[in-house]
Amino acid sequence: MNIVFDDKTPIYIQIMNIIKKQIISKQLRGGDKLASVRDLSAEYKVNPNTIQRAYKELEREGFAYTQRGMGTFITEDEKIIYKLKKDTAKGAMDTFIEEMKNLGFTSDEIIEMVTGNLKEEE
Amino acid sequence: MSTVLEARGLAKNYFTKKALKDVDITLEKGKILGFLGPNGSGKTTFIKIVAGILRQSSGEIFIEGTKPGVKTKAMVSYLPDKNYLFKWMKIKDAVEFFKDFYEDFDEKRCKELLEFMNLEEESKVTSLSKGMMEKLNLTLVLSRKAKLYILDEPLAGVDPVAREKILDAIIQNYNEDSSMIITTHLVKDIERIFDDVAFIKDGEIMLSGNAEDLRLEKGKSIDEIFREVFE
Repeated sequence: MNIVFDDKTPIYIQIMNIIKKQIISKQLRGGDKLASVRDLSAEYKVNPNTIQRAYKELEREGFAYTQRGMGTFITEDEKIIYKLKKDTAKGAMDTFIEEMKNLGFTSDEIIEMVTGNLKEEE
Repeated sequence: MSTVLEARGLAKNYFTKKALKDVDITLEKGKILGFLGPNGSGKTTFIKIVAGILRQSSGEIFIEGTKPGVKTKAMVSYLPDKNYLFKWMKIKDAVEFFKDFYEDFDEKRCKELLEFMNLEEESKVTSLSKGMMEKLNLTLVLSRKAKLYILDEPLAGVDPVAREKILDAIIQNYNEDSSMIITTHLVKDIERIFDDVAFIKDGEIMLSGNAEDLRLEKGKSIDEIFREVFE
């Protein structure tokens, strides 16, 4: 896998975001085991402690859990996964709406355009 | 967490020239420190004190709680400079030489590393290109089971492909029971493997800290911060 990191942002946060995206897109499902710290560090060419930190933070936020001697796993709690999905969607929507408003569209115009676009896709 | 290296108020003078001024550095077990500074900033002086080759003018330094000496030399894996090998040597002779010299030398790991680096045991040391020589140096340093590894400018004069190889070797051979100091002025290619960084200029530490925290605090890459500090 070729991941381009942005060295301006902490790398552990970027790794958390990659894993969160994989959870949302169901590439990773509840109960799936995450790659070992060593494997992922070799793959991404980053310090193993950075991977460890990303896993620990994911755990703290409730997206993963560790079983001693077994590894780190994705949570099976559907509520948490659903919330992640909703939060991510909200973030994407906020950015979209802000950009549209910056372009000078009103709320009604935005709704109209989005509805139009969705109908075309159908 | 246990401390592998601790320097307090470390200074080194060469006659009237101050090569190091009041350097404080702490390195914990299992961490990789990027020791960053331009040529002539005092990096090598510091490293040589850690390795027990030079003695400080003032201040204190401890490796695993012990002052540099015979005991610490057995725990620190470092190559003083590039001309420690004899001209008649083949790579396999260099390996033998190291095996005789260091009790903690792991021949199996060395063989694996030579293979990984595409180095032939029958090659003569004098026939190696700069990049291959750097790979051999790294192989020999990493083949010891040390508490502290010191890599002095491992990327200087090495082409991008060999650089990748060297980074892979560092990541794969690093383990949580030992620590590492990597000096470099080429920050961009290697910044992702540092836990902590220290910027040194004219013998003084200008800035130090956890690499991720510095990125978060400044919204900049370590390479950008490096350029800022040394401009």
